[in-house]
This record gives sequence, C-alpha cells and structure tokens, in this order.
Amino acid sequence: MILPAIMFYLFSAVAIASGVMVVSARNPVHSVLFLILAFFNAAGLFVLMGAEFLAMILVIVYVGAVAVLFLFVVMMLDIDFAQLRTGAMKYLPVGLVVGLILLAELVLVFGSWAIAPQVASVVAAPLPAASGFSNTRALGDLLYTRYFFAFQVAGMILLVAMIGAIVLTLRHRAGVRRQVIAEQLARQRAETIAVVKVRVGAGIDAEAAE
Amino acid sequence: MAEFWHGYVWPTIIVVAEILCVLVPLLLTIAYYTYAERKVLAFAQLRKGPNVVGPFGLLQPIADAIKMLWKETIIPSGANRVIFIAAPIVTVALALVAWAVIPFDQGMVISNINVGILYLFAISSLSVYGTIMAGWASNSRYAFLGALRSAAQMVSYEVSIGFVLVTVLLCAGSLNLTDIVMAQDHYWLGFIPGWFVIPLLPMAVVFFVSGLAETNRAPFDLAEGESELVAGFHVEYSAMTWLLFFMGEYGNMILVCAMTSILFLGGWLSPIPLEPFTWIPGPIWLIAKILFVMFLFLWVRATFPRFRYDQLMRLGWKVFLPLSLFWLVLTAGVLTAMGWVPSH
Repeated sequence: MILPAIMFYLFSAVAIASGVMVVSARNPVHSVLFLILAFFNAAGLFVLMGAEFLAMILVIVYVGAVAVLFLFVVMMLDIDFAQLRTGAMKYLPVGLVVGLILLAELVLVFGSWAIAPQVASVVAAPLPAASGFSNTRALGDLLYTRYFFAFQVAGMILLVAMIGAIVLTLRHRAGVRRQVIAEQLARQRAETIAVVKVRVGAGIDAEAAE
Repeated sequence: MAEFWHGYVWPTIIVVAEILCVLVPLLLTIAYYTYAERKVLAFAQLRKGPNVVGPFGLLQPIADAIKMLWKETIIPSGANRVIFIAAPIVTVALALVAWAVIPFDQGMVISNINVGILYLFAISSLSVYGTIMAGWASNSRYAFLGALRSAAQMVSYEVSIGFVLVTVLLCAGSLNLTDIVMAQDHYWLGFIPGWFVIPLLPMAVVFFVSGLAETNRAPFDLAEGESELVAGFHVEYSAMTWLLFFMGEYGNMILVCAMTSILFLGGWLSPIPLEPFTWIPGPIWLIAKILFVMFLFLWVRATFPRFRYDQLMRLGWKVFLPLSLFWLVLTAGVLTAMGWVPSH
C-alpha cells in the first residue's frame, strides 16, 4: 500500500507546484508548459483512483488538443514583460474576487461532506458500484442511457459554438483564384493542347491571326 | 525483509528486464531503419547507398552514432536553454514510452491495460510538443515556421486517426490491444484471414496516410521541408540533441507501423491457418508485419513529391475527415443492422 501513497503524494505535489508556477511564471509560454504538466499529473491521479478512461481522455483532449492551441496562440504573441507586470496590479481586485468565490464554493462542498456525509450518496451515485466490467463501459452505459439528453444538448451547444466561430471569422474575398482539384483532374487533352503547324519564318502568332 | 523483496524488489527487477527486452531491440531497429531507408532510397534511385563502413555498409549507423556523440552540442545564445534541451528529450521519451502497451503475443506485453489504444492515441497526440517546444525555444524564424506547420498538421490529422480508431473499436468491442488482435483471430471461408484490413480497407488507408502526416514523413514532411525551411524545427540543433530528434522521429514511425500491424493486420496472428505457418511464433509474425509497413513508409518517400501546405490541409479536413466520419457511421449501422455488435 505504500507505493500508491508515494505516487499519490508525488503526483499531487507536482500538480500543485506546477499550478502555482502557471500563475507565477513570468513567461506565458512557460505558464502553458506548466499547465500541461499540471494536466499530466491530474491524469496520473485519475489512474491511481482506477479511472483510467478519464485519465486518457484528459491527456488526449486537454494536453493533446486544447493546450496545443493555447501554446500556439501564446507563442505568436509579441510579449512585453514590463507591460505585462504593470497590468497585474490593475487586475488584482478581479482576481481576488474570483479566488474568493472559488474558495467559498470549496468550503461549501467540503463543509457539506464533513457535516452531512450521507447527502452525497443521495444526490450522486445513480448506479450501483460497477462490478464485473471496466469503468469505460460503466461510463458509456450511464452516459448514453440515463444522461443521454444532457449529453446530446452539450454536443449541440458545442456544435453551435463552433459554427458561430466559423461564421464570425469567415469572409469571402473577391478576386482570389482558388485551386479546384476536381476541375484540374477533369481536364482533357483536347482542351489544353492544340497541335499547330508553324510556317518557317512566321511566328505562332502570325499563324493564329490568319 | 522477505516481503519487501517479493513485494517490491523482485517485481521491479522483472519490469526493468521487460523494458530492456523491448527497448534494446527497438533502439537497434531505429539505428538500422536509417540504414534501410538510405539503402531503399538508393535502390529506388539507381544508386548504391552506404557501402563503405563495414560489409555492405552495415556499420554505417554505428559510425553515425559515434560521430554524433563526439560532436559539440551548440545552444544558440538567443535560445531558451531549458526548453531547448527539454524538447528532444520529450520527443524521444514519448516515442519510447508508447511501446509499454504493444502486445507481441498473447500475454507478451509489458502493461496489458484496459485502455491500451487510448494510451497510444494520447502518447501520439503528445509528440507534437517536442516539435513545437523546439521550434519556439530555438528563437529562429525557420524553426518557428516549421514548428507551427507541424503543430497544425499533427492536430488536423489526429482527428481522422481518432475516427479510424473508433471504427476499429466498434468492430473489436474493446479498448484493450490484446482483445483487438484476438477479435481478428478467425478465418473467412476457412482461409481468408479475418483481419480488419479487409472489411475496413478505406480506414486502413486513411490510417496509414494519416500516420505519415502524424510522423511528419514524406510526402507530408513540411515541418522540415529542406527546400524552404532549411531543416524546419530542428535547424538549430546539433550533435546529441539532433540525434535525439532523429531517434524520436524513427521511433514514432516504427510505432505507427506497429499500430497499423496490430489494428489492421492481425498483430501476431498467422496469415495462413495451416501447419508450417502456425508453428512460427507470434512475435515473428508481428515483426514481419511491422517490417512490411516500415518498408511501405520508405517506398512512399521514394515515390511521392512533397505536398503543398494548403493541399495537405485540404486532404486532412475535406477528404479524410468526412470519409472517416461516413465510414464510422456506416460501420456502426452495418454492425447494428446485422446484429454483429461484439459483446463482452
């Protein structure tokens, strides 16, 4: 039992440390890389709890796709470190308010655990503890039956957001010559090549003029 | 003390030995894949290829490695030192850790996890970080352009790889790689192997081509297009750091070949259900299939010119994505309509 405990403290310590570095690192690119490290350690914690499907999805979605786009945007920024630090004081009140709200929510959640531990089992846990099959299957069974409507609504919202982003950024520019591959492939020899007999001394233009 | 020995020390020794049994042949394969690539390209172009160091030039990879070890590692003065050094390490480490879940035979696997295929997908989606970190930390325009290109390219092609994997999962009914291979362990009409390459041929082609793009190989090697970006993301790297990138690239190629063999070519299963062929042990079949797909990679490189970048994006988003989505829906529909959905 000592090995999982050691791994738990390792993962959580690195996750918390890299979380602190995300907000305190001076270079935004370093921040994003620390964020990736934090995601990775969260995935490690999921594996320790036996939630291997969630761990892999966390790595695939957040580290493999979302964080790449973060890194993409941050790397392209033209960063002025001095300007960055003058702005920090201005946003301090907003940051403090957000932090306080989060803290209050955490206190509420953990407080309710401590005061009334039986409430959680009433509100959540709609399935008996999965036995005999993997948690991937348990998750799928639940998501596609009981929570099917919520799942589909979430998907629709994401789809609408995606289409909205495309509509907002798409603009058709006039006068751009685009490559149409189907047209290129459909070209026949007859419409592209003409065999012309050219008289000696007269150019091909003279021939065409006649 | 005895409990400590049997509980911790002995399992650790076994795991380390297993890891070495996979990694040492893998590193040798990486070294000799570079030799094979030069030889195959040479024969495709009517040249001789490396033939000076050792018999048939067989010691060439060793000589190259020694040369790389003795050269100086140059770190540009404008570079971000930590990330500059970390990038090649990340690349090669990710290329090696993925082999933990590759099954070489029934039960012959370092870690037989439930979500093996998701693990492979996660690791291969991480390999973009080595490239993007190198490109940014080099503080060079060519390297940065190469990194941006390859990041966009790898994210694009991952989408269709994901759909191909889901299609295979539908047919196999499991995320475990051993179960996926065992789902192919039957023969149609008694002699046609039940590999997924036959019912899912378009998906196998999409997977192979996306694998080429995912590993930044020709004809999709725009990340290091030498005619325009000198060498792309690793233009500032030298000696050992450059060697690590090279090893990472070839390790990823071999990994994609192994994934193709396991998902579509029946892993360690024999192609012919007859006596002399079933005697051959499974790992030999798997290695033979991996070598065949590795040869396809080289063949493609020798045959096709490099894609233009907008054509690459068009192929990924406008051809492969709709095709794989359509084939996924079709596969699911056929499986449901015919009652072939695998149950576990």
